[in-house]
Amino acid sequence: MHRNPDRPLSPHLTIWKWGPHMLVSILHRVTGTGLAIVGGLAFTWWLMAAATSEEAYRYFVSWATHWTGLIVLVGLSWAFFQHTLSGLRHYVMDIGAGFELSGNKLWAMATLAGSAVLTALLWLYILMGR
Amino acid sequence: METPTARVRGLGSAQEGAEHWWTERLTSIATFALFVWAIISVVRMGSLDYHTVTEWLREPLAAVPMLLLIVATFWHLKLGLQVVVEDYVHEEGNKFFTIALLNFFVVIAAAFALFAVLKIALGTPG
Ligand code: HEM
Repeated sequence: MHRNPDRPLSPHLTIWKWGPHMLVSILHRVTGTGLAIVGGLAFTWWLMAAATSEEAYRYFVSWATHWTGLIVLVGLSWAFFQHTLSGLRHYVMDIGAGFELSGNKLWAMATLAGSAVLTALLWLYILMGR
Repeated sequence: METPTARVRGLGSAQEGAEHWWTERLTSIATFALFVWAIISVVRMGSLDYHTVTEWLREPLAAVPMLLLIVATFWHLKLGLQVVVEDYVHEEGNKFFTIALLNFFVVIAAAFALFAVLKIALGTPG
C-alpha cells in the first residue's frame, strides 16, 4: 500500500469503543462469510445428494443428524437469522436512518436477541416434530 | 519517473463500486424473499426426507424458485466474499489470485446446485 506516513489518517479510525452496534457489524461479516463457505458447501451437498440417489441422501442425512452435523446446522441457522436481521438493519441505515445513538444501539441489540429467539424456536419446532 | 500519487491523481475511483454495492443489495433482497419462500415450504412439508424433497423439486412451482434461490444466493455471496477479500488482501497479485479462486469456487458450487435441481425436476420419477 502506498501511504505516506507523514499524512495523518482520519482520527476517527482510532476513536472507538465496544458496543452492540460494533459487535453486530462484525457478526454481519463473520456470519456472511461462514454462511457463504460452510452453508454454500452444505447446501450444494444436500441438493447433489437428493439428485444422486436415495443412498447418497441417506449418507447426507447420517451426517446432518450426527451430533457434529447438528452443531454445524444449529450454527448455520443462527448465522442465517443473525445475518438476515442485521441485513434488514442495513437497509434502514443505507437510506440514512437509524443512526441516533440510542436507537442504533437498541436495534443492534434487537438483532442479537431476535436471532437467538428464532434459532431456539426453529430447533424447538424441529425437535418437537420428531 | 512517476510517483505513486501522480499515477492515481485525477483517475478517480475504478467506477465499479456503486454498481457492486447496488447489486449486493438487490441480490440480498432476492435472497431474502426466496429464503422466506423456502422456509415456509419446508415447514409446510414437515419433512426433509428423500421422497418428500425429490417430489417437491419435481414441481415447477418449487424447482423454478429453487433455481432462482441458487442464482440469487451465490451471486450475493460472491459479491460479499469479494468485498471481504478486498478488505484484507492488499497485495495486487494475491488479491487477483484470491478473487479468481473465489470466482471459480462460486461458479463450480452454483453449477452443481443448479444441475442437481434440474436433474430432479426434469428426471423421470424413480
Ligand atoms: C444465506 C444466504 C446468505 C449468504 C451466504 C450471505 C453472504 C454474505 C456475505 C459473504 C457478505 C459480505 C459480508 C461483508 O462484506 O462483511 C454479505 C453482505 C450482505 N448481506 Fe448477505 N448473505 C446471505 C443472506 C442475506 C440476506 C437474507 C440478507 C438481507 C436480509 C443479506 C443482506 C446483506 C447485506 C445488506 C450485505 C452488505 C453488507 C455491507 O455492505 O456491509 N444477506 N452477505
